[in-house]
Amino acid sequence: MTAERTDVLIVGAGPAGLSAALELKRLGVPRVTVVDREPQPGGMPRLCHHTGFGVWDFHRMLSGPQYARRYVRLAEAAGVEIRTETTVTGWADDHALTLTSPAGTGVLQSDAILLATGVRERPRSARLTPGYRPRGVFTTGSLQRFVDERHLPVGKRAVIVGAEEVSLSAFMTLTGAGLEVAAIVTELPRHQMNYFPYAPVKWLLVDMLHRVPVLTAARVERILGRFRVEGVEVSPVAGGERRVIPCDTVVFTGDWIPEHEVARSGELRMDAGTRGPQVDFAFRTSRAGIFAAGNLLRGAETAATSAAEGRRAAGWIARFLQGAPWPKVRLPVVAEPPIKWVFPNALSADTLRGEQPLTFRTADFVENAVVQVSQGNDVLYRQSFRYLTPNRTFRLDAAWLPRVALRGEPVRIRVA
Amino acid sequence: MHPVYDVAIIGAGAVGTAVARELSRYHLKIILLEAKADVGMGTTKANTAIWHTGFDAKPGTLEARLLRRSYALMEKFVPEAGIPTEPLGGLLVAWTEDQYHTLPSLLERAHTNGVTDVRIISAEDVYRLEPRLNAGAWGGLFVPGESLLCPFTLPLAFATQAVINGAELRLNFRVQGIALEDGITRIVSEDGQTVAARYLVNAAGLYSDEIDRMLGHHDFTVTPRRGELIVYDKFARTLINHIILPVPTPITKGVLISPTVYGNILLGPTAEDLDDKTNTATSRQGLEMLLEKGRAILPDLMKEEVTATYAGLRAATEHKDYQIRLHAGQRYVCAGGIRSTGVSAAMGIADYIGGLLSEAGLELRPKDNFLPVHMPNIGQAAPRPYQQPERIAQNPDYGRIVCHCEKVSLGEILDAIHAPIPARTLDGLRRRTRAMQGRCQGFNCQAHIVDILARETGQDPRVLLALEKFPADPADDGGQS
Ligand SMILES: Cc1cc2nc3c(=O)[nH]c(=O)nc-3n(C[C@H](O)[C@H](O)[C@H](O)COP(=O)(O)OP(=O)(O)OC[C@H]3O[C@@H](n4cnc5c(N)ncnc54)[C@H](O)[C@@H]3O)c2cc1C
Ligand SMILES: Cc1cc2nc3c(=O)[nH]c(=O)nc-3n(C[C@H](O)[C@H](O)[C@H](O)COP(=O)(O)OP(=O)(O)OC[C@H]3O[C@@H](n4cnc5c(N)ncnc54)[C@H](O)[C@@H]3O)c2cc1C
Repeated sequence: MTAERTDVLIVGAGPAGLSAALELKRLGVPRVTVVDREPQPGGMPRLCHHTGFGVWDFHRMLSGPQYARRYVRLAEAAGVEIRTETTVTGWADDHALTLTSPAGTGVLQSDAILLATGVRERPRSARLTPGYRPRGVFTTGSLQRFVDERHLPVGKRAVIVGAEEVSLSAFMTLTGAGLEVAAIVTELPRHQMNYFPYAPVKWLLVDMLHRVPVLTAARVERILGRFRVEGVEVSPVAGGERRVIPCDTVVFTGDWIPEHEVARSGELRMDAGTRGPQVDFAFRTSRAGIFAAGNLLRGAETAATSAAEGRRAAGWIARFLQGAPWPKVRLPVVAEPPIKWVFPNALSADTLRGEQPLTFRTADFVENAVVQVSQGNDVLYRQSFRYLTPNRTFRLDAAWLPRVALRGEPVRIRVA
Repeated sequence: MHPVYDVAIIGAGAVGTAVARELSRYHLKIILLEAKADVGMGTTKANTAIWHTGFDAKPGTLEARLLRRSYALMEKFVPEAGIPTEPLGGLLVAWTEDQYHTLPSLLERAHTNGVTDVRIISAEDVYRLEPRLNAGAWGGLFVPGESLLCPFTLPLAFATQAVINGAELRLNFRVQGIALEDGITRIVSEDGQTVAARYLVNAAGLYSDEIDRMLGHHDFTVTPRRGELIVYDKFARTLINHIILPVPTPITKGVLISPTVYGNILLGPTAEDLDDKTNTATSRQGLEMLLEKGRAILPDLMKEEVTATYAGLRAATEHKDYQIRLHAGQRYVCAGGIRSTGVSAAMGIADYIGGLLSEAGLELRPKDNFLPVHMPNIGQAAPRPYQQPERIAQNPDYGRIVCHCEKVSLGEILDAIHAPIPARTLDGLRRRTRAMQGRCQGFNCQAHIVDILARETGQDPRVLLALEKFPADPADDGGQS
């Protein structure tokens, strides 16, 4: 094996990885290497051919591929080394990753590593949906690969499982490919899609809700069909009559799980709520020199949020390269049901000024919620929310941070 | 004039392929007939993949004897043919006092079966071996010889070795009628093809009773007994070190938790008698029952992600033993009712059937150039191409990873498509390479693989995706996996 060196090694050439690389170059880091297992850089947006990207970072509405290309071009122009078809297969030691590419296997050493490997949607099997295993079952991501990346035939009539933001993406891809969408099914009592502030997406949503029945508090009991999907059997979550919706395509949307293979195999401390690596406000994981950003940290935010995190992480990486010490004490922040996760999920001494808010998501709808932050018996903070909606991100003010006892018990976030 | 084969074998599962391999060692003209579009697509592809010692088989049965015989034969074949395996050993755990008191009789049974290295261990030792097990174990029985095996590679290896040694494999041949005339057996398929042979072996698994009836016998009836299973993510692999077996009951071996050779953890199977021999669907009740059992045995398992679920059908009969019989007058051997140990016993069964055929007059003259077979490794214990710089240097496609979850390279996919028994379907590729069998279940790579398969084989993607005219038995069996 050949051992090479770089200053910062970034795993994942999506919005988080590429924007971090750009920022590191801007901050004067000589060698920044981004590796990605795909044949092309750009990450997930490369596959989302519909609009909905770029408003925050480029101030214009772009399609996913346009957005991805912008980041790739900027990174290349800034002198970032991007290696595609290069898979990180494991850890050689604390600061070196093993790689496989058509050129062979190798080890890449680096002073700092940023993991930005993204998320995936849970496939049908992981959701334990019973039935046969016919063709015609997708996630939004796989659907987009079929339709936009490979131009493969999909089907005629689809059912979308899940009613969060990405479900709208599935709807756009399906209708773009000429399919009829028979229904949207969610186990939750209401759909969880945001009325985006920008018109095109907002009108798409309104149009979709006008055209397609949304079956709420309903569960897919079974997938019908042996060789090709022939329908789904749906029943009310509370029990009751089952009905069959004929279709030849089912798209499971959302229900994110971080692509945490590299993180977990590096024995980074993982967070039980996000299922991503535990990080503090500086995107530092539990291992010195190892950072993480983007949707790997939790599923799933917009590309712009991931990109912004990449940029912020880059600032902290640069400080680390200049000798800033790695915090010795980390205090976990724990989410309690119905709060699903909170981010960041660790606190360290040099990031307790409370400038940035925390973010969190819930598992259920909660009305008139008071979210309470406590440490031991001390209530540090309470914040009211009119509505908490699952699969949407809420901000939790961080003014209480300076009052945390870093060597005390974990901070708990719960609905009071 | 069509050729007359010396032996025709019906069914290319573990048993039929093992018989074909065994007979291909001799100067014989052999044909292996299979209804589906690939070998190993029946029960052989949907089980718990344990290489059983036979320690708990009923003493004196053919099953007990052939499992022992098979074990010895497999100890040689498995490493030679490169079948993924891991010699972990089984740990049978007694969770109640009653179960604990059955351990001595299980030990005695193991000894009677010639499995002499089995021993009873204390509860402390159970937890020493398996610290993550739930509290409450009374003790256990340690069975060092129980191992893991790749149930996909095994029948492919048997069939490949048979084929490279001259046997003929006829796929998409569903036997519908059999006629005996002047010492020749004529076998007719559903679509009217005919094959003539002097000797016949019935290894049709779930349908072995129906084939048997075509020859006028009513010795047994197969009842499909469904077993559902859950496959957990590779990150669960470190939770256990052995195959965790329950105390068996007369009806089933019970729900076990076992590593797989690919580095996952299996939880299952259930046992439920059905009347539909094609019902390999999973069910809500089945999966929920497994979660409940899994939580009781290994609570930490519930924190890990599920990678896949599937169901297989055991060919259960009204009898307690394999239904292997020679009907010498018909030059016919029935090998049916191979219920829950057939993957492990296949080589022993094949060896035994060779003997029966010889008894019925088939001349077995060994070839002096019986070619060996060596299969691509898809297990985690031995190096895979993505870890081998020499192979990537020879062919960069071994470094071009297509399936990221299982790290399957383009080179391996192309090899499988162009192998002596080629992969023609997505399912065939899954079983040969592990592509699409990982934690994302092909959601990342399936479109790419459809492209590759369509291009390399000239098939229409619409057919690969079952969007168009499913043939009577579609190439891509969505059922078992
Ligand atoms: C269907 C869908 C629709 C969406 N629609 C929108 C939208 O309209 N607007 C919007 O703003 N956002 C949208 N998003 C979200 C947006 O795509 C993500 O926020 C963004 O891609 C996250 O960026 P990331 O860099 O964290 O991860 P990703 O973009 O997922 O990039 C991760 C990269 O890491 C690579 N990688 C992973 N593991 C390894 C490894 N072991 N070795 C090498 N490389 C590895 C992957 O190949 C990938 O390229 C959508 C997402 C999906 C799935
Ligand atoms: C849940 C479960 C768990 C198990 N666990 C284990 C285990 O851990 N270890 C172990 O050793 N065993 C195990 N078994 C048992 C093992 O899987 C079977 O004993 C073995 O696969 C049987 O092989 P076979 O060749 O007899 O049948 P099959 O694999 O079913 O092969 C029969 C073949 O015949 C073909 N066929 C049928 N009818 C016709 C026809 N008319 N014309 C042409 N072809 C036809 C079928 O298509 C099929 O390919 C398990 C079984 C189940 C269901």
